[in-house]
Amino acid sequence: MAAIELRGLTKVYPGGVRALDALDLVIPDGEFFALLGPSGCGKTTLLRTIAGLETATGGAVVIGDRDVTGVQPGARDVAMVFQDYALFPHMDVTDNIAYPLRIKKVSKNDRRDKAAEVGARLGLEHLMDRRPGQLSGGQQQRVALARVMATQAQAFLFDEPLSNLDARLRLEARTFLKKLQRELGVTTVFVTHDQAEALAMADRMAVMESGHIRQIGTPAEVFQRPANTFVAGFIGSTPMNLLDGVVRGDTLEVAGCKVAVPAAAEGRLSDGGKIVYGVRPEYMTYSAEPADGALGGKVSIVENLGASHLVTLDVNDVNVQAVVPEGSEPAVGDDGYALPRRDRALVYLDGELV
Amino acid sequence: MTRFVLGRIGFYTLIAVLLAFFTVPLLWLVTAPFTSDPTYEVRVPDFTWDNFAALLEHPYALPSLWNSVVLSAGTAVLVVIFAALAAYALSRVRLPGRDALLYALLLLSSIITGTAAMVPLFQLAVELNLIDSQFGLILILTGGLLPAAIFMLKDFMDSTPKSYEESARVFGASPLQIVRDVVVPLVRPGLATIAVWAVANVWGNFLMPYLLLSDVEKQPAAVITYTLYTEGGQANLSMLSTFGLLYSIPVVLMYLFVSKKYGFRFHGGIKR
Ligand SMILES: Nc1ncnc2c1ncn2[C@@H]1O[C@H](COP(=O)(O)OP(=O)(O)O)[C@@H](O)[C@H]1O
Ligand SMILES: [Mg+2]
Repeated sequence: MAAIELRGLTKVYPGGVRALDALDLVIPDGEFFALLGPSGCGKTTLLRTIAGLETATGGAVVIGDRDVTGVQPGARDVAMVFQDYALFPHMDVTDNIAYPLRIKKVSKNDRRDKAAEVGARLGLEHLMDRRPGQLSGGQQQRVALARVMATQAQAFLFDEPLSNLDARLRLEARTFLKKLQRELGVTTVFVTHDQAEALAMADRMAVMESGHIRQIGTPAEVFQRPANTFVAGFIGSTPMNLLDGVVRGDTLEVAGCKVAVPAAAEGRLSDGGKIVYGVRPEYMTYSAEPADGALGGKVSIVENLGASHLVTLDVNDVNVQAVVPEGSEPAVGDDGYALPRRDRALVYLDGELV
Repeated sequence: MTRFVLGRIGFYTLIAVLLAFFTVPLLWLVTAPFTSDPTYEVRVPDFTWDNFAALLEHPYALPSLWNSVVLSAGTAVLVVIFAALAAYALSRVRLPGRDALLYALLLLSSIITGTAAMVPLFQLAVELNLIDSQFGLILILTGGLLPAAIFMLKDFMDSTPKSYEESARVFGASPLQIVRDVVVPLVRPGLATIAVWAVANVWGNFLMPYLLLSDVEKQPAAVITYTLYTEGGQANLSMLSTFGLLYSIPVVLMYLFVSKKYGFRFHGGIKR
């Protein structure tokens, strides 16, 4: 087991795409770390550079206490699950799982024993003689995990390991993967473009945007206090309300309404300054009666989220969303008032959290 | 309606004539060897084995078939090995001017085994002491087939995902291990195609062995066929047909075997 440290890591592809721009990142030993970002932001590149499949243009990769920047992939002691799993189609499950051991010149019997052991742990006992083409997506994913486990590497790298599974299976696999990582305690970096996946699984996570890390923190920190408007807009299954506003003395003017300055920003705003006011729909208290410091308007859309409803209010031509528990949802056209929770509302100045 | 029927009839007649055109020689090939004193006609054979007995007594006929096997198998093995390694490298390593190199090779290859290069090749073989040597001939035939083989195999390699190899690389496999454990099994149908193509090419090649092998004992079947004359200088049809049948059977068997075992997948240089 080992920590992973990236220092000023830069990757410029031939042709000039700057996929990673001076990234600094420390992933402590044993952590389950998620790299989250929209497609094309450089997640795969980062993973491949850690694995050594891409050579860094600048900066260093340190695994454990070894600088591996110039080291061949096979000598870095990491194991990777590719997005397409890359199971060898001409080998059966046993041979696939045992392949890393074959490279390490483990004897044939020991290899088979180890493959059987790991396979059994992942519930693959009855599939050991099959070829990858004869397995379902979920089974293939477990074979890929088993193969990685058999390597006993210092760190695991997963590139969107769940994105090829259908929605239902993905939830199961999420729980399974998290449990497995906890049991093994191996440092794991896993890449995803699905914010729910990152929030659900990671011990800590980084949010990336076009080659830069925009925030690092625990899922709770990133969810509750997004460091900038990019992260704020990216995280959360219902997007955060990000409303333009102006500081008016000790209150804020947002969408033509007066709202209180959030607790965290108190005393740090200058009068008349332009800000972006952020509050999650989940952190709004909805009522049909006017309230002090609430955003009031007409209900324009009501969306069913299952156990709750997402209500969109038209507040002086600005859309404001609030989550309303089931049973008390309003009808379209009603007057409604959404009161932000003062301890959860955020203020962004020039795109950065105050 | 009548026009349609007439069109159909015309179409099938055309096909029948075309088929007959190609079938008659084949029919001749399978009937003549079993006919005593065959002519150019296709006749119902009287099922005699005399022609085969006569062929057995010919001092060079059967050994020449073995020579053909040696030449084509040797060439096929070399072509497959070298083409696989070269195609893999060309497919996976970024070289400036790689495609230009490939096309230049392909163009030149038709010259190597073509008539234009005969004299220099002959002289080269003499200088290298490879004249009248089956090994030398194998090398020259290999050289002639390699560019096209590399070209076809590169296409195969291009169409296999890189992630298999990268995955093996992260597990610590060396380039040769990757080729052996991952790449070769993945492109096996391609290798089989190249091998069959090489065998068929050498099996039917007359000019190169005719020029480079003067010792009758080393000459392959294609060259020996050319010597099957009667004392009167006429083509010896009983010998020719019998030998021709024996000469074609191995190639047909090979096609059937390989096609059953690997299945042919041929895309040549065509990008999908
Ligand atoms: N081999 C490559 N050559 C050139 N550009 C590349 C290559 N691989 C990725 N890129 C570019 O680098 C950027 C990051 O890509 P990638 O790491 O695959 O993103 P992600 O995995 O987050 O979707 C993209 O703009 C992509 O087009
Ligand atoms: Mg990716």
